[in-house]
Amino acid sequence: MSDWLIYRTFLDLTVTGLALGAIYALVALGYTLVYGVLRLINFAHSEIFMVGTFATLITATNFIGIPLLEEGNYPYRTGFTLVAILLACIVGGMVVSGAGAVLLERVAYRPLRGSGEHVGAVVLAFTTAFTVSLVFSETTRTNVIIGLIGTAPIAVLYLRIFRRGRQAPRLAFLISAIGASTAIAEAVAIWSPRDREQYQTARVLEKKVLFEFLGTDVRIDYVLVVIGALLMMTALVLFVNRTRLGRGVRAVAQDVETAKILGVNVDFVILITFLLGGVMAGAAAMMFTLVYDQTRFNIGFLLGVKSFTAAVLGGIGNLRGALLGGFVLGLGENYGAAIFGGEWKDVIAFILLLVVLMFRPTGILGESLAKARV
Amino acid sequence: MKKTRLVRAAALAVSLAFVAAACGDDSDSGATEDTTAAAEETTTGDTTAPAEGGEAAGGATCAEGTSIAFFGALSGDAGNLGQNIKKGADLAIAQFNAANAGCQVSLKEFDSQGSPDQAPALATEAIADAAILGIVGPAFSGESKAVNPLFDEAGLSIITPSATNAELNDNGWKIFHRALAGDDKQGPGIVAYIQNKLAAETVGVIDDASEYGKGLADIVRDGLGDKVVASDSVDPAAADFSAAVSVMKDAAPAAIFYGGYYAEAGKLAKQLRDAGVEATLVFGDGVKDIGYIEAAGPAAEGSIITCTCADGASNADFAAAYGEQFPGETPQTYAAEAYDAANAFLAAIASGAADRAAVLEFLKSYDAAGVTKQIKWDETGEVAGNAVYSYKVEGGAIVVEGLIE
Amino acid sequence: MSLSGTFKDLTSKPARAISGVGERIGEMPTVSRWSLIALFIVSMYLMPWWPEVPVLGWLVDTPGTSFEGVITDKVVIYVLVALGLNVVVGLAGLLDLGYVGFYAVGAYTVGVLSSQHANLPWLVCVPIAVLVSMAAGVILGTPTLRLRGDYLAIVTLGFGEIIRISANNAEWLGGSRGISKIAKPPNIGPLKFGILDAKPYFFLGLTFIIVVVFLLRRLENSRVGRAWNAVREDEDAAELMGVNTFKFKLWAFAIGAAIGGLAGTLYAGKVRFINPSNFPLQLSILFLAAVVLGGTGNMWGAILGGAVVAWMPERFRGFADKRVFVFGVALVLVMVFRPQGLIPRKIRKERWLVNWKPPESTPQSGEAEVGRG
Repeated sequence: MSDWLIYRTFLDLTVTGLALGAIYALVALGYTLVYGVLRLINFAHSEIFMVGTFATLITATNFIGIPLLEEGNYPYRTGFTLVAILLACIVGGMVVSGAGAVLLERVAYRPLRGSGEHVGAVVLAFTTAFTVSLVFSETTRTNVIIGLIGTAPIAVLYLRIFRRGRQAPRLAFLISAIGASTAIAEAVAIWSPRDREQYQTARVLEKKVLFEFLGTDVRIDYVLVVIGALLMMTALVLFVNRTRLGRGVRAVAQDVETAKILGVNVDFVILITFLLGGVMAGAAAMMFTLVYDQTRFNIGFLLGVKSFTAAVLGGIGNLRGALLGGFVLGLGENYGAAIFGGEWKDVIAFILLLVVLMFRPTGILGESLAKARV
Repeated sequence: MKKTRLVRAAALAVSLAFVAAACGDDSDSGATEDTTAAAEETTTGDTTAPAEGGEAAGGATCAEGTSIAFFGALSGDAGNLGQNIKKGADLAIAQFNAANAGCQVSLKEFDSQGSPDQAPALATEAIADAAILGIVGPAFSGESKAVNPLFDEAGLSIITPSATNAELNDNGWKIFHRALAGDDKQGPGIVAYIQNKLAAETVGVIDDASEYGKGLADIVRDGLGDKVVASDSVDPAAADFSAAVSVMKDAAPAAIFYGGYYAEAGKLAKQLRDAGVEATLVFGDGVKDIGYIEAAGPAAEGSIITCTCADGASNADFAAAYGEQFPGETPQTYAAEAYDAANAFLAAIASGAADRAAVLEFLKSYDAAGVTKQIKWDETGEVAGNAVYSYKVEGGAIVVEGLIE
Repeated sequence: MSLSGTFKDLTSKPARAISGVGERIGEMPTVSRWSLIALFIVSMYLMPWWPEVPVLGWLVDTPGTSFEGVITDKVVIYVLVALGLNVVVGLAGLLDLGYVGFYAVGAYTVGVLSSQHANLPWLVCVPIAVLVSMAAGVILGTPTLRLRGDYLAIVTLGFGEIIRISANNAEWLGGSRGISKIAKPPNIGPLKFGILDAKPYFFLGLTFIIVVVFLLRRLENSRVGRAWNAVREDEDAAELMGVNTFKFKLWAFAIGAAIGGLAGTLYAGKVRFINPSNFPLQLSILFLAAVVLGGTGNMWGAILGGAVVAWMPERFRGFADKRVFVFGVALVLVMVFRPQGLIPRKIRKERWLVNWKPPESTPQSGEAEVGRG
């Protein structure tokens, strides 16, 4: 029966698989960029994505004021209003995720690279004071006030330590990332109004069937997501290959020391890399809410693991590889689930990865942000 | 949490005022006056030990520090379910304390995050604290299996408001009680509903691969036999259920049963409807939650939800009291069951049970109308009554349809 | 200025003191050294009574949960797991993000053999489970160890998930219901392995740890240990020098897996119930955090890291649902201030090179031998 099922649902699975793959691909770009430049698995990237979904939620419901339901139905919009709302949402997601990624780099990574880091020291100082104050008070407002009071003196101490100028080992970055990821997800779970419950996002786009292809409905939201991902991707590739800053990114990816000697501001380039990854995650977040209309504090984790898998599958450090990996993974999961049953979906994803790595140990397209990686 | 404390403090103040008034006049008449409120919730029918009967209502006295405990997840991925349960128990205790100045019961928390590897240490701690006379929990079936042997050894009674695994009551644990029916009772009701009421000839079954969801879905699969034309499983942590949706779209069954919890049910319902699947959606009690309607929006309309719980008028009072205790909130999944469970313990304490053995003995003969159903346990701790009720989502609310024949 | 100076001292002095302890013990006469070690071991066995010691008790006790239970169910297990993972990550330098898989294999083997499909006693199951875990390590390692660095990380991560999901889907393994009524360890003399008293399980677990530590010390200082060192520092160079890197990496994997499996058997024997949700991906990450937090490559670091990661969230139960958040913040802070971990690995070879002088000066050459031995 299952054999037949895959034939009958093949096109349907292809459409949905491509849409999911597009989201994987956009998140995978963030992993791949940071990996290409820093050789670091940015574990907290999934939470940057999660924060992005909340940003689009807030943009739509709080800033634009779209209700979840209007007279028992979705608040569908059309024409120019719709386009404006969608653009506002995607910008909201990109701004917040981008800013989040930059902040993450300065707080959780740069202090480990041993350069004096003011922003990191201040944020960490505040977080420390805030966390300590949790012992004494349950009121968030008091905690914030104590946190703010403690910030300045602690930040001064932290800065001295950051200036020691020692480069931490690679695993330290990984654990710092894991810590940041846990803290971000839990902070959203604790201090958001609905706590750990699921949130609904406003649904402004009516999910109409755009056209029919060989008997399969192709919905408008799926088309938008795939086109959107391709556009973002093209823009990113152009940026990295054609602009001055992009050249800096490639230079640092190739050889940090040489780049430094040649006058590239390495810290700035790393910042830009995180910013680009965050912006892509923000776009992915908006597309995610467009298709699934919901979010929760823990949605990042599984999606992040899958996206990282996609990045490795395509060849980590390779931008086109991330896109290809995302689509391959999205499709592979869907087909596999139809053949073997949905409970094996994640197993299929990982076996696919294993098989690909057996034959191509550096992923389908090979790793190279700089086209010259050993 | 802060709010809870405030309310508790307020309740304490009110009850202190009562005491003052009572003492100023005549202690006996004072006691009879504020009996009524408590009498309603601690009516234990004919079972209350006659000797303590006078004290049981209103003027119950108990040792200082007497407490019951919540055991389950308050944080982590499943923390929301535990929070609901704790709020239900909190409400019961706040009401009790307000009505019984001489007996101030507190609720201790044991946050296991639903994980069996934290649970045993917590259980040991709860057992070591002699002031704890009963446990509302453990919330999940998994942790129940890990810690119930410990509670059994210590003779500490538990009433779980949420662990529905069918096997839990076969372990010979004398301390085990649950405030809702096991999955094995609900399954046949679902099968009967799909076959008779919906008269569906083709059915699709989906589960979330969890102990609860898959257990219930498997009972439905077995019960319906050939009528199941499509079957699949989803990962509840994932956002995308498109593979399962495609399978259902292809089979186009007349009804689809999903075994799982409300948040995923909401996502699934929406994705099914968006893909143009028109089948009637049927769910188990894990979906009987306003959260389902919030998550599914208009897609929830017409869904059938079964539950071994009757939806009485008492439920409205409960919701009102809950809204007062936790402003702006409505009781979510398992809050009502937790309220009933806590009330059973409170009735035991009010009856004068001062140690764990007495509480356990009291529960054996407990028989009282709870918010969710008549609470009375058989010797395995299963709540009496096999009735399965069906509910329908109409106009954005879960409306009772009636008993499933 | 002076204030920050003090702070700097605060952060670095204890660290120097800790790393100095090992050397000082090493320099002691044999008798006092061994009596010190014996004293240390005895105090470890007395751990269940620590909360009753005045200052220490306040520091270590876990309000809100049972200290005895925490050290038995979590600390002992995490320490064992961290020791095993340290072999893979710290000694051989292989990033393993699916270590929970081996832990699960150990626990499930005991579950299957003592409850689900047979009734073997726990003690018989343990060696079998260790062997099965080891085999799992070899099976996973053979195809994947040719991959390098982070490719290995993601593949092992996948492996951990495959094990968990397969256990969840396989009715033969109890499916999502898991396996209950697993056999408990047999009574040994006065040690009665009951239900409520956790102490016997703790003593058993501690004994396991001591045996593992002893074996690992031997291994670390053997040819295998030196080969791991070489592989970790520079795989290509090691290969060129004639080290069969693949073989030694596989060894590290298998030994690490065996220790993980051992931890699993201990867990299954104590809690007597396992289900797939005991072995989430997050646990693998937590285990890795334990190793790195303690100090990658340092056995004492792994022990400390495992203990801290297991104990800290329980110690801070006062934070209620905020404790996971606090844990996350703490991870970042520790990594920022002590990137090498709480007890960093001493790079003996390096010091030997730095201090190296022509052989005339006898003290230095003596130290060099200690360093290499």
